[in-house]
Amino acid sequence: MAEVLTKKEAGAFSFGKEEKKLLTDPLNDNNPITVQVLGVCSALAVTTLVSKAIVMGIAVIFVTALANLFTSLLRNYIPKSIRMIVQLVIIAFLVTVVELALKAVNYPIWKDLSVFIGLIITNCIVMGRLEAFAMANKPWKSFLDGIGNGVGYAIILVMVAVVRELFGKGSLLDFKIIGSTPEYLLNTTSTAWLSWYSPNNLLVLSPAAMFIVAIIIWIQRSRNAKLVDIS
Amino acid sequence: MGDIINIFIKSAFIENLALSYFLGMCSFLAVSKSVKTAIGLGLAVIFVNGLTIPLNWLLDHYLLNDFFGQDLTFLRFIIFISTIAALVQLVEMVVEKVSPSLYNSLGIFLPLITVNCAILGASLFMITKEYNFAQSVSFGLGGGFGWFLAIVAIAGIREKMQYSHVPAPLRGLGMAFFLTGLMGMAFMGLMGIDPAAFK
Repeated sequence: MAEVLTKKEAGAFSFGKEEKKLLTDPLNDNNPITVQVLGVCSALAVTTLVSKAIVMGIAVIFVTALANLFTSLLRNYIPKSIRMIVQLVIIAFLVTVVELALKAVNYPIWKDLSVFIGLIITNCIVMGRLEAFAMANKPWKSFLDGIGNGVGYAIILVMVAVVRELFGKGSLLDFKIIGSTPEYLLNTTSTAWLSWYSPNNLLVLSPAAMFIVAIIIWIQRSRNAKLVDIS
Repeated sequence: MGDIINIFIKSAFIENLALSYFLGMCSFLAVSKSVKTAIGLGLAVIFVNGLTIPLNWLLDHYLLNDFFGQDLTFLRFIIFISTIAALVQLVEMVVEKVSPSLYNSLGIFLPLITVNCAILGASLFMITKEYNFAQSVSFGLGGGFGWFLAIVAIAGIREKMQYSHVPAPLRGLGMAFFLTGLMGMAFMGLMGIDPAAFK
């Protein structure tokens, strides 16, 4: 009996080519932000600091993965007419968990992110993946799809945040790199090369995030002709 | 009264939901390909925003803050999003019965609004800014109006953009991002408006 069960489980949780594709596809060819245009709002608002972007990325990976898993488990019991409300309640429950956990673990970051943790509920990535994938696929695959899309989102977030923090504030993860001379080097003589750049405040403002995402799209599409918009 | 006009102007222009906070970007980018559909979605947003924000205010103050002596504010997300989803579905049914022509022009966009973060975002901002009831009505209408203006403007630009020679990899989505960024910078110029002057 035990043997049969383990065999069946192994089949359900197999990790083959198809599963690997679910994980790697959203990183480039089917990226949620640059190709599917999902979840752009929060990508722009939380990318002023790398630390904020990383926390937001982890929160979204958690929510997409578990929301996909739960919806997929319930997919045969959800009536078609009220499926939106059911999905939203699942997402809102997970987001509330994340919010309370973050508030307890790291209060300053929670304060910085303010309403944007709550806005994961209406982050179109979560909703879009539930509709497009989890309502029609088995739990394990949906879970992997959720993780893949969450990671694809987090990567773009961190890329944008690195550019904005490095050139907008001259630091990375609050560690001074370029711009005005760091305090701990003030008394040494060989630091002139650090202060050649003065941080550009425009990059901290939100329109800059739009430009950076546009440039990422530009680079990605010139390398990958399949994605070019023909219309 | 001056206070209410003040909040309307501020939420429509200075703190524009779409171009200052970049909320509701998914539908903003997806539906702004033609002016006609943009107007439809914009009107639907004004309508739903104007209704849900006062409703959420009432729920928050009379149900969540003091529920028989219990503080239920941790349920805020679930209550707010359920209100929005339920209201959107209700509005859809009412519009379908009352005015089929309006339903046909709005039809596709109404369900989309449930997941428009501008609506939930505005509800959450209404809490953090501690508005009273009249102020939240004005904030809801003003925020919706600002979003309407933004999407109609960007749709107009994108229609004209079809006659320009854009590099192939930038066509469509890439250009839409650049345009939204430029519009956002233009709207930053409105920060100079002193809302107190309208009092």
